Amino acid sequence: MNNNSKKNISSQKISTAQIIHIANLAAIPITKVEEEELRLAFEQTLNTIAELQSVDISNIEPTHQVTGFENILREDKVNQENMFSQKEALKNAKETHAGYFVVPRVLTHE
Amino acid sequence: MNNKLTLKKALDKLNDKSLTLEELYNDINSSIESQNKKLNVYLTLNRDAFETANTNLNKPLKGIPIALKDNYCTKDLRTTASSIILDNFIPTFESTVSKNLKNSGGVILGKTNMDAWAHGSSTETSQYGRTLNPLNTEYLPGGSSGGSAAAVAADMCIASLGTETAGSIRQPAAWCGVVGLKPTYGRCSRYGIIAMASSTDSPGPITKTVEDSAILLNYLAGHDPLDSTSAQISIPDFTKTLNLGVKNLKIGYLYKDLKGLDEITKIFSEQMQVFETLGATVDVVNAINPKHGVSVYTIVQRGEVSSNLGRYDGIRFGKNRSNFGDEAKRRIMIGTYTLSKGYADQYYNTAQKVRTLYIQDFKKLFKTYDVLISPTSPGYAKKIGATQGQAMFGELEDLLLEASSLSGLPGISIPCYKDDKTNLYLGMNIVAPMYREDLVIQVADAFEKATKWNRWRN
Repeated sequence: MNNNSKKNISSQKISTAQIIHIANLAAIPITKVEEEELRLAFEQTLNTIAELQSVDISNIEPTHQVTGFENILREDKVNQENMFSQKEALKNAKETHAGYFVVPRVLTHE
Repeated sequence: MNNKLTLKKALDKLNDKSLTLEELYNDINSSIESQNKKLNVYLTLNRDAFETANTNLNKPLKGIPIALKDNYCTKDLRTTASSIILDNFIPTFESTVSKNLKNSGGVILGKTNMDAWAHGSSTETSQYGRTLNPLNTEYLPGGSSGGSAAAVAADMCIASLGTETAGSIRQPAAWCGVVGLKPTYGRCSRYGIIAMASSTDSPGPITKTVEDSAILLNYLAGHDPLDSTSAQISIPDFTKTLNLGVKNLKIGYLYKDLKGLDEITKIFSEQMQVFETLGATVDVVNAINPKHGVSVYTIVQRGEVSSNLGRYDGIRFGKNRSNFGDEAKRRIMIGTYTLSKGYADQYYNTAQKVRTLYIQDFKKLFKTYDVLISPTSPGYAKKIGATQGQAMFGELEDLLLEASSLSGLPGISIPCYKDDKTNLYLGMNIVAPMYREDLVIQVADAFEKATKWNRWRN
């Protein structure tokens, strides 16, 4: 299983700036303390999984799904049993207005 | 005490009227009342359970009380996935597997604690506190289906349901000394189960005996048009292979020489001899090192987590994203990183190729062997607090299960040894080719009946 030609990426370093960037991409609010905790957890995890680079995967196709099923289709028919009423759809929302979900404002007036 | 009955015995007694539902529910409810505060097994109880049970006497499962892991969406019954994000989430629909259970006469007794979002193998990531192992409360029950395994171990239900992506049914079953069956990926529908890693999530039973798992699986499995990865393949009667024995079966003993298992290998090897005395052949086999499975699983699962947990925006349901716990934050962010531009090839695509290698390796082994067996976990249950500072605790505890889970294979964990000093059990993991739960059940049942390790059978 060894292939020594692969580059060694163990002892990977992650910067605080990278953590802030990723948190922003994932829409996860984090504190200063968490930045450092996450940075260390990232390094711990990335250093553990770096061993994968030693496996010879030349000429191997990736597997994304084990079932082998392709093009699973269904009739384009309305399934009444599986429909939400408007009331049901809104039931767990924190805030609604006139039958709509209320979402945070993303555009502001200058 | 009727709460200590197996599913099979409870059904038999309800059938011949030597037990009433009232007697059964009274004993179950007292065992919950006396133990739940200490063990922290149930997050939510279904107050209508007994009333509902009485309307189910004519169905096959006769109103038997079943505990569900709290990631099955249950209509009108709070579902939290052990995260405060869903603290007040009341689903308006029912998961297919719990619907199948209800249609067969099973009654949802309550919702059990788990690792938050199923992220972990300890229940220590639950935002409602950890569950304690009923066998010894200084120890963890395992996870992520830790509450469901503990509910069975403490006789706080007759049987329970868990879900597994790689170990989450079998590892807590092993740590709590009960039976956990992870069906083939696609055998039971994922519809309505709070998604963790969609390419490996598999719902399944956690029970007192192998027979109980076989009975329950009969009612849970089946194709579901609402889950396009659920298999359109006929469902056998899974109880048909009980009592068939293992004569002339070929068994591969996996991971015998793996470093780190030294402590339990001697005990486990002795237990493997049981199969030889029952007429099977047992060969120690070489497989691809399972440690790569830890890496593949970590990458694939965190990638799928980062995508699946994107839906929790606090708008349509639940609270906003600042409420995620530390483990969820770590997983979402690492998944985001390994899937991001420039890193996807190095991590995600590499992992999916190594996954192919495992699938090919198992295919090769199953040309010679009917089933493959290894310990479920590298050791006994770990003490409470063991996850502290361990960003990959679960992945390392599930070392022996990840390769087969990533390959979609069915497996079962059964108790195979008890340490009298701690009262804790070791689990034996039996794996078969896809859709061969019947074989897994046959071999597990033979071992269970030939040995003294099952608490309910002996």
